[in-house]
Amino acid sequence: MQIAQLLIFLILFPLIAAFFLLIAKKDTEREWIVKLSALAIGIVSVYLLITTYDKGTLLISAIPAEPTGLVMFILEMIIAVYILYLGITYRRWLVVGLILVQSVMMLYFELVYSHSVHIQANLFSDELSVIMALIIGIIGSLICVYSLGYMKFFHEHHPEMPDKRPWFFGILFLFLSAMFGLVFSNNIIWVYFFWEVTTLCSFLLIGYTKTDEATNNAFLALWMNLLGGIAFAGAIIWLAMFGNGMMGLDALTTSGKVIALVPAALIGFAGLTKAAQLPFSAWLVGAMVAPTPVSALLHSSTMVKAGVYILVRFAPVFDATVTGYLIAMVGALTFLIASGIAISQSNAKRVLAYSTIANLGLIVACAGIGTYEAIWAAILLIVFHAIAKSLLFLATGTVEHRIKSREIDDMNGLIVRMPKIAAMMVIGIAGMFLLPFGMLISKWAAIRAFIDAPYGFLFIIILAFGSAMTLFFWAKWMGKIITVTTDSQNIEGEVDKSEWAALLCLAGLSFITTLLFPMLSIHLLEPFLMANYGNVARLSQDNIIIMILMLFLLMLMPLSILLPKHKHRHLAPYMGGRTTTSDMRFSGSLGVQKKTVLSNYYLQDWFGEKRLKSWGIWLCSAIICIMVLSAVLKGVIL
Amino acid sequence: MAIVFILVAPVIGGLVAGIDRKITAHMQGRVGPSIFQPFYDVGKLFEKENAVVNETQIFYAVCYIIFMAFTGALFFAGGDLLLVIFALTLAQVFLVLGAFAANSPYSYIGAERELLQIMAYEPMVILTAVGMFVATRSFNVSEIATTTIPVVLLIPGIFLGFLYTLTIKLRKSPFDISTSHHAHQEIVKGVTTEFSGPSLGLIEITHWYETVLLLGLLYLFFGWNPLLAVVAIVVLYLIEILIDNTNARVRWQFAVKSAWLVALIVGVINLAILYFLSGGVP
Amino acid sequence: MTYLAKSPWIIHYDASSCNGCDIEILACLTPMYDVERFGIINTGNPKHADIFVVTGSINEANREVIQNIYNQMPDPKVVVAVGICACSGGVFRECYNVAGGIDKLIPVDVYVPGCAARPESIIDGIVTALGILEEKRTKNVHSPQVTDNGRAEHPKRHAKGGAE
Repeated sequence: MQIAQLLIFLILFPLIAAFFLLIAKKDTEREWIVKLSALAIGIVSVYLLITTYDKGTLLISAIPAEPTGLVMFILEMIIAVYILYLGITYRRWLVVGLILVQSVMMLYFELVYSHSVHIQANLFSDELSVIMALIIGIIGSLICVYSLGYMKFFHEHHPEMPDKRPWFFGILFLFLSAMFGLVFSNNIIWVYFFWEVTTLCSFLLIGYTKTDEATNNAFLALWMNLLGGIAFAGAIIWLAMFGNGMMGLDALTTSGKVIALVPAALIGFAGLTKAAQLPFSAWLVGAMVAPTPVSALLHSSTMVKAGVYILVRFAPVFDATVTGYLIAMVGALTFLIASGIAISQSNAKRVLAYSTIANLGLIVACAGIGTYEAIWAAILLIVFHAIAKSLLFLATGTVEHRIKSREIDDMNGLIVRMPKIAAMMVIGIAGMFLLPFGMLISKWAAIRAFIDAPYGFLFIIILAFGSAMTLFFWAKWMGKIITVTTDSQNIEGEVDKSEWAALLCLAGLSFITTLLFPMLSIHLLEPFLMANYGNVARLSQDNIIIMILMLFLLMLMPLSILLPKHKHRHLAPYMGGRTTTSDMRFSGSLGVQKKTVLSNYYLQDWFGEKRLKSWGIWLCSAIICIMVLSAVLKGVIL
Repeated sequence: MAIVFILVAPVIGGLVAGIDRKITAHMQGRVGPSIFQPFYDVGKLFEKENAVVNETQIFYAVCYIIFMAFTGALFFAGGDLLLVIFALTLAQVFLVLGAFAANSPYSYIGAERELLQIMAYEPMVILTAVGMFVATRSFNVSEIATTTIPVVLLIPGIFLGFLYTLTIKLRKSPFDISTSHHAHQEIVKGVTTEFSGPSLGLIEITHWYETVLLLGLLYLFFGWNPLLAVVAIVVLYLIEILIDNTNARVRWQFAVKSAWLVALIVGVINLAILYFLSGGVP
Repeated sequence: MTYLAKSPWIIHYDASSCNGCDIEILACLTPMYDVERFGIINTGNPKHADIFVVTGSINEANREVIQNIYNQMPDPKVVVAVGICACSGGVFRECYNVAGGIDKLIPVDVYVPGCAARPESIIDGIVTALGILEEKRTKNVHSPQVTDNGRAEHPKRHAKGGAE
């Protein structure tokens, strides 16, 4: 069966590439392997879209479950031993404890229940999997290509760090493989396996530089995600005990709520940890110490998207349940609080991190509400967020290498200093919060979804405040970039070709997806919603036309440069009557030279990280506790 | 309707501004300028030299007016209210970017304050759209405007909240923190400090468009009775002028806090009451 | 008559005035005189202004500011020197730190003498300036970019570094 081969190719091919990358020692070899495999993965994901087009859900039962399951179990145990070893060497007893609990749970399951599990199809593919595969296959591969140039530069400028690039690229591709496996698995035990592999990969990538900070943050990410892993394992055992070994995602989501609710709540908890929702947001912010492509990968196409993917998968179970609303509330509060914290951050990567957490919160809120409109909004958010955020991360990474800083205030006048990269960045930022671009369409969809949901008004109010804050921190960043300074030199220089190619592709994608959004909605989202909810959501024709009109209007604007224009007289900025030099120096009182320095508002007193985060952690932890407890109680009673 | 708006709105907006100045002058015991003064001002600005700090400013000013006109046209053509609000935000962001682009301390502070203002009123504006939807079951301006439901009676809280933000949006005292229509000088002229001549003229015209758009939004609350709507708009605008002339400018902290508090209170109470009145079925 | 004359926006700068003339200028804005009748607005921003109203004479501290404001005003523009100090330096003209009237530094179009100048004469001066403004526009006069030649150079002032 052709589709089965495609899916297996997507899962195994990155693995093979990873193996070759591990043994390839020369730069040129590595470059060719990465570029060719990225191309192959990209093409196959698109090909998958074409072959599965209009075919709905396809179950694949061709793979023998028994041997594969055994291999997976053995690998899982090897991973557990590896983590145990690391935990003991670094004296992280929390990690040791968690991995022991988890391994014992899985061992117990394997010994007692594994024979009673019967599953028809281990792999499957439907529209949601295909969308996820496209995100991983295209954006993920682009990030890998970008890493080539970035890591070269990184090691040239950090000679003190050991150059472990074969290892680095190997893990990147292993990560892609695990993500493909995650989105194509129907067997929940397989999902769990790939889930654990992504946890391990992110741990290794965050700790790549081996500095103390990196190691600490890597272990932070590890224990938070292991906590999720335990919940996941708990869900599997619950299913084995009370669910008659029902382990297929297809069966679970359509089984009615009684059996599925408890595992769904536990897996939902796992999803919240992986999607870095509030009590667990720290790991994603900590992950910023890793090289920038890693952050891009974690934030846009992999890892956190695995968390929201699983929540969207289980959304039919959450529809109109208390559990669902509580998960949605965690997401909504995370959106609000993380947007607020982002205002107070001056480090570009931290702003991006909090904005990711916020947007994931919105996706979680949509998934938790679980109506067809909400899911429509959630999937749109996943797609558009992946594109805009990866573009932003990669642009920030390139800028960071040139100006040696991640501070937004140091990006003043970037449009003069690095016009091309700045343009990419502006497209990325605009993609995050301005109208004709995807993210705002998705937010709009979310508002409509919330209106129709029970208790939706609460979510709408949170969304209204959250988006106002979002606007503030994006616009002030954008303003910094587009400030025209007169004294700056163009320092763009030769941007590495692979970096440039990735950036251009992503910028192009953000326009193309916005243009093709109606097609995306009609051909991929609507069949998915129809199959799972029997109802579809869409934007009216008029609005789509208006939005495309706006997009063209925006695209026409830069062309105005071509128009003939008369020369204008240039004046220095008004400085209260003081004469300034071109680099904004002026002589102050007593004839001392002063330099004008402009800085953004960060409103630390209001949106300070400490203040908001402690609130958020307590609130969200409480809600999560209630969520899990209520689901378990319900499950026990029923 | 959209074309009518693009052509007529500047005339109406300019007249409103002129009448506003006349009434303000009378309130202060002055004679005041002619009600056509705003047109003279803008006419003059187009007669002046277009001196800039850098050319990108002109680009942003042009974007500002184009997208504002587009937003208004969308509104008066009966488009989707949420889309109108988002498009309005886009237009506003262009003004802010224009101020940022100049790299000048005064316009920079103006830009940051303008953003604070947007942050202050944005939640209430979104809630207004949502309130309209809850009242009329439609986001379409054409349907809300012609509904037979007395919208304002269903969402009185949201109406009051909207009035509060209207003061901010019209740049009236006490909320004229980023720039002001008056000659008061605090941060020179805030966002518009570095604009001069024709580009400043464009921004003035854009404000007229915006005024008409805002009055249009006000109309939606009284859509079921056009006569009442017109009377209400006139009375409410007079009240805005009165507020403008009797209040000193507040600090931005108060502006943001109070606007949020109002939005939060009226939003929650009004929407919750409507939600429970309809029996939990939205 | 074009729009220019119907909407003159002024910027008022107090060079080294004793505040007598300044108070008279402010008096023009009060209900008693209400110059907004003529569309006159005190903008406080050279980039929006058409008429530069200066009170007081030039001294070392303000010559740079006067030039800067003048240069930053878009064409067409006129300068009105209000009060005898601004016209000629007045009683201070012999002072060690006073360079004299405003016209020592920038071209002045209208002189409004008086100590202090009365609001009536200030308004009269500004209305006279409107005619000149109009004339400059029709003749398309470009105002000169003023640079200070008469100023004593202090080498230390332009030293690099210092507190930032």
